[in-house]
Amino acid sequence: MKVLTKKNIMILIAIVITYVVVQVLISTGIIDSFYEITIATICINIILAVSLNLVTGFTGQFSLGHAGFMSIGAYVCAIINLQMNSTTGLLIGIVSGAISAAVVGIIIGIPTLRLKGDYLAIATLGMAEIIRVIFLNMEITNGAAGLNGIPRFTNWLWLFFFTTASILLINNFINSSQGRACISIREDEIAAEAMGINTTRYKVMAFAVGAFFAGVAGALYSSYFYFIKPNIFGFQKSVDILVIVVLGGMGSVTGSVIAAILLAVLTTFLQSYSEVRMIVYALLLVVIMLFRPQGLMGTKEISDMFKFGKKSSKVK
Amino acid sequence: MEQFLQQMVNGISLGSIYALIALGYTMVYGIIKLINFAHGDVYMIGAYVGFAVTTYANLGFFPALIISMASCAVLGIVVERIAYKPLRNSSRIAVLITAIGVSLLLEYVMMFFVGAEVRSYPKLLSDKAINLGNIVINMQQVYIVVTSVVLMIILQFIVNKTKIGKSMRAVSADKDAAQLMGIKVDKTISFTFAIGSALAGAGGVLVGIYYNSIDPLMGVMPGLKAFVAAVFGGIGSIPGAMIGGLSIGVMETLVSGYGNSMYRDAAVFAFLIIILILKPSGLLGKNTKEKV
Repeated sequence: MKVLTKKNIMILIAIVITYVVVQVLISTGIIDSFYEITIATICINIILAVSLNLVTGFTGQFSLGHAGFMSIGAYVCAIINLQMNSTTGLLIGIVSGAISAAVVGIIIGIPTLRLKGDYLAIATLGMAEIIRVIFLNMEITNGAAGLNGIPRFTNWLWLFFFTTASILLINNFINSSQGRACISIREDEIAAEAMGINTTRYKVMAFAVGAFFAGVAGALYSSYFYFIKPNIFGFQKSVDILVIVVLGGMGSVTGSVIAAILLAVLTTFLQSYSEVRMIVYALLLVVIMLFRPQGLMGTKEISDMFKFGKKSSKVK
Repeated sequence: MEQFLQQMVNGISLGSIYALIALGYTMVYGIIKLINFAHGDVYMIGAYVGFAVTTYANLGFFPALIISMASCAVLGIVVERIAYKPLRNSSRIAVLITAIGVSLLLEYVMMFFVGAEVRSYPKLLSDKAINLGNIVINMQQVYIVVTSVVLMIILQFIVNKTKIGKSMRAVSADKDAAQLMGIKVDKTISFTFAIGSALAGAGGVLVGIYYNSIDPLMGVMPGLKAFVAAVFGGIGSIPGAMIGGLSIGVMETLVSGYGNSMYRDAAVFAFLIIILILKPSGLLGKNTKEKV
């Protein structure tokens, strides 16, 4: 197993260049604080979309409750961070937020992932609503008013680190044998089962990994925007994430990244017309489904187009 | 005991509205296997049509109800023709995502035109209270239950006794076979959407009167709850949707009455998850075997 293949070195260089360029632009003030928010939104949305893509795009389990896991990460991180006002606190917050989200994902996933298709969608939606109502009624989360004044240690370095780490880890998961098992469940669940794949186990695994990274995204959100309330994480948020995944292509990690960037830029331009933004989102969903149901990228990755590696090992 | 009966009265009037909306879900699901997310928003538009007709044209309750039902029926057909018909052979997830898109589109187009603010509904029915011992029944509640029951009887008549109802049942049992028997499948599906949406429109007007306030996002929660009702009763089954609607309505008022009203919505969804896990086919639904 060679780690320093040509492809990996190229990816590393690309990561470093992206980081340095944006960092320079921020420190020279070309990207002002307004656009910095857009960049933070892009990073958080990328993590959310890539993790939802693992569940919906790669494993084929339609989930409408991703915002629920995000809210768990956000609240756990915010509460820890309010107690421990330091970067260590933030780090502990992010890790424990992500782990709590994953644990809840497993607890919810084991019963609900026996359901299929639309029923699963509606069950996950219901679950996210239950999580929201619980946060709305808890003492420690300060109810509907939410938590305010969460210390803000997150900056471009944190966001970038967690975004790239999430993309790389999820990408590695997809290309591992577990990931292959997940893809086979999407292709044909009965055939996968006949081949000896424990479908429930891999579905729950994908769900837990997805929830874990949604928790990371939520934690970053609470730290960067220093204010959270339960209504931020409603059905609307789950749909927002779904739009990114669908637009980018279900089953394409780079598609999700591209779509997250495109939509965040679009949102920035439509900032002052929030109703128009939602109309555009809704139209996008319908039009994509009518004319290009596979999304921008389909199940292709950007590296398939440039042919970095010698042979493409995509599962159709 | 009195409090319990009072809650039951409130629950039944709320539940009959849920039942009206649930009927649309269940009929559409029965015929094209689609959770029509936009259904809750058709109900919202029904409420707005009723509002416009009564406020600007000064019409009474019955003309408002009929106009609202008719416009919702047209809206249902248009949505089906534009958004769902081209996707009839696509994957279920693609159609479901389209339905979510249509739902958002209806919500935010309405918000764009009428504004996001809550409007108060004109008082169309007398809200005289009838006292039965210590139980108070509002005249509005009587109207709501009576209107719902009448509409459901008409629906049962259409589905079971008319020719179009027969073709609806045939398409829902087996679409391809129905087509081979000379049934116009597209026309039947459109008709199903029209009837379902008309019932949602009626539900919208009734809710507007009952709660006295409407806003462009009012359809989201009742829409989801009506879907829960349809699943509970057994999706695809019309009597099931009625029973499901009433049960969800009663359950919701009991939770708010005896527990914490903040947990009302959570209770409904927890109930949904429990049903889906224990008896996915619902109360009156048929079990379908999985074929390879």
